[in-house]
Amino acid sequence: MTFKIAASPHTHQRRTTQQVMRWVYFALIPGVLAQTYFFGFGVYIQLALALLTAWVAEGLCMRMRGRPIGHAWQDHTAIVTAVLLAVSIPALAPWWIIVMGTAFAIVVVKHVYGGVGQNLFNPAMAGYVLLLVSFPVQMTSWPIPAELAQIQVSITDTINLIFTGFTSAGYNLEQLRMGIDGMTMATPLDSLRNDLNHQLTLTEALNKPIFGDIAGIGWAWVNLAFLAGGLVLIKQKIISWHIPGGLLVGLLVPSAIYWLFNPDQAITPMLHLLSGATMLGAFFIATDPVTAATSNKGRWVFGLLVGFIVFAIRTWGGYPDAVAFAVLLANMCVPIIDRYTQPVAYGHGGRS
Amino acid sequence: MSAATKAIEAGHIWTFPGGIHPPERKDRSNTTPIEVLPLAKQFIVPIKQHSGPVGDLLVAVGDNVKAGQPLTQVGINNALPVHVPTSGTVSAIGPGRIAHPSGLTDTVITIDADGNDEFYSFTPLADYTTLSRAELLDRIRQAGVAGLGGAGFPTAQKLALQRPLDYLIINGVECEPYISADDRLMREHAQTIIDGTEILLHIAGCEKALIAIEANKPEAIAAFEALLPNYPQLALRVVPTKYPSGGEKQLIQLLTGRQVPSRGLPIDVGLVMQNVGTAFAVAQAVLNGKPLIERVVTVTGDNIAKPGNYWVRIGTTVAELLNQCGFNPVADSKQEQRVIMGGPMMGFTLPDLDVPVVKITNCILVPSNQELAPAAEEMNCIRCGACADVCPAQLLPQQMQWLAKAKDYDGLEQQNLFDCIECGACAYVCPSEIPLVHYYRKAKAEIRNIAREKAKAEVARERFEARQERLEREKQERLERHRKAAEARKKAQAEAVAQGGDNPQDAVQAAIARAKARKAAQAAAAAKQNQEGDDE
Repeated sequence: MTFKIAASPHTHQRRTTQQVMRWVYFALIPGVLAQTYFFGFGVYIQLALALLTAWVAEGLCMRMRGRPIGHAWQDHTAIVTAVLLAVSIPALAPWWIIVMGTAFAIVVVKHVYGGVGQNLFNPAMAGYVLLLVSFPVQMTSWPIPAELAQIQVSITDTINLIFTGFTSAGYNLEQLRMGIDGMTMATPLDSLRNDLNHQLTLTEALNKPIFGDIAGIGWAWVNLAFLAGGLVLIKQKIISWHIPGGLLVGLLVPSAIYWLFNPDQAITPMLHLLSGATMLGAFFIATDPVTAATSNKGRWVFGLLVGFIVFAIRTWGGYPDAVAFAVLLANMCVPIIDRYTQPVAYGHGGRS
Repeated sequence: MSAATKAIEAGHIWTFPGGIHPPERKDRSNTTPIEVLPLAKQFIVPIKQHSGPVGDLLVAVGDNVKAGQPLTQVGINNALPVHVPTSGTVSAIGPGRIAHPSGLTDTVITIDADGNDEFYSFTPLADYTTLSRAELLDRIRQAGVAGLGGAGFPTAQKLALQRPLDYLIINGVECEPYISADDRLMREHAQTIIDGTEILLHIAGCEKALIAIEANKPEAIAAFEALLPNYPQLALRVVPTKYPSGGEKQLIQLLTGRQVPSRGLPIDVGLVMQNVGTAFAVAQAVLNGKPLIERVVTVTGDNIAKPGNYWVRIGTTVAELLNQCGFNPVADSKQEQRVIMGGPMMGFTLPDLDVPVVKITNCILVPSNQELAPAAEEMNCIRCGACADVCPAQLLPQQMQWLAKAKDYDGLEQQNLFDCIECGACAYVCPSEIPLVHYYRKAKAEIRNIAREKAKAEVARERFEARQERLEREKQERLERHRKAAEARKKAQAEAVAQGGDNPQDAVQAAIARAKARKAAQAAAAAKQNQEGDDE
């Protein structure tokens, strides 16, 4: 009788890539729910479109590359990319925005570089940046939080808006984005940046209905929901705390110093942390293992770098939010971070 | 006393980075005492069961032998002998499959048992302190004692290193899942292990021994706690349960906070480590004169009816052992059953069951495919870094994996591939189920091959250069010889001329003058002929 030959170890923890990815998108649920609550059902339609596009694009790419299609669908990495992009774009953006972004993320950013594990850039963020640079109007037209809106948007209207650009009553997105006072409302970060650029003081700039008590109506809760999901991931050891920790510190410390010296002209640290894509970026985007640094020290450096770039762009740059740019810029630095943060191996003179 | 030494004395336990907690499943085999199985009919004893040279044969086919009789001798190359497991007749000496991951063959001695189990005469020793260190080392070597915990390094050779020692560490950690051979030995033979430890201390000229046991073995810990108050030079250290805390380097880090330098030995940091089984074997060898012919082997796994620990004579085939423990292989035609020698983390699979149990065999694991699922298909690395988080050597397994696949051997050396202890923690946690350790082993073998080839090429180059140099030297010597001969000749001529003899140079000059005259005559004749031609 002959027996099976196998290489050691003969036992395995059985946490597969698919399970890891499943944890990631399950942990996004609180954030998605919060977004739906404040910005409407559009999020679900964007999610559906993104998932469908990712599924088709992944399948086509694998087929063209002559690889088993099932493999790619099985690892669920495309699902995570799709979900991340869908929650990053405005909920009522036209359908072709998300389709184009997702397709670009999967086909160009992921598969052209060799598929899962080989890409240099975070696919969702590269897709986001492509869209933001190409279609700035659509990409910055965030719906206003439901409680401030003049007109409440129903599910049918949401579908109509995304696919045709108008609700059944004939309103377009611009009209829907008007507040009670008849002014089009920007996102908190966008509005702040405009007002501060127009020499208003922080107190004056904050004197708008979109700012609630903490950091902008809706946005603060969405951020807190993503934070909650992120903490679950850390608890489950899906991600290590180093990248989110580094990112938040890298954003908080410079912004706090800048604000202390410049209280009238700077965005408050609280607003930095709870506005825009800060928490989504810290826990779900920058933590993409493929494109982040690999050692714990490297992850910490990577996080700090992303956080600082976010602060710098939000403060001096041309865009209101900066997570996508910051992540891509930091992605470029990963090889060099990895090179200089290689841990000291056992027996090479390190401390115990 | 330095602060670090004080901490060691106070029983401080350091930590090591990484590590994993796989299911232990030791309770399947550790609840019953070590049993003795009926002797097999035939034994197969490989002559090499340790690292280092092999002894010359002392027996021939047809010889009648008794249990404990040496089969090979120490000889001039200081080899480690192997011994007869039970009385009988040597029926064959030749190549046979041995217990090695490669499945290769080596010289084995087959012994047909006569069933009487007669023993060779051993000479017990009443007081080992009467013997010199060298005599004690010889006694241990003659008994064929090799490290029973790992690679089978000859124990006497390890002890012979003459360097100052701070501590002797006795390793009873046994962190590998399923295995409980050391656990049972410690529970049942703590006194003998302590005797062995004292002998080891005496030989090594060391003051103090630390006996390390993992926290998941409370009975073994209790057994030592009961005895140790009488032995002030021995101290018990309980280390937290984590794989691979029993690895030599990791245990040193846990107990002393020191790190063995890369490519160095524990003795470089003033330590030497022996397994509890080895300490037991040393006591047997020194006190009773009994050579290493049996050891405790854990036989376990879902497909074993009677899991437990057994005293197994070295040379018993795995087939025989499994037969007696009730082996029910997975019933299918696809050869899905694995028979693992060693544990699930670092053991290797056997292609068939004709291989014998050797000195380093601590476990035979026969799992079902439910308890230890076979490896799934390898997926792409997503650089999640789970492997780096669990690596006890602080390497970056995923980087090494890319480099190993790209055959970038310089890059691998730069990533300290050779500091990998192949514990398998990285592969255990890898979500893409990449057989990481397998890649490292392959790369290590390749690098060693390249180094060997390079060394060969280097030798060839040196030989070529030496030859060129020799030829050049010979040429120079030849020229020098000719020059000297010419000088001597000239000198002889000059002397001859001075004494009024013929100058050979005159003859030469005359010959030149004759040649010139002939040439001139020829030229004149030709000129005349040309002139005549013009006239016509």
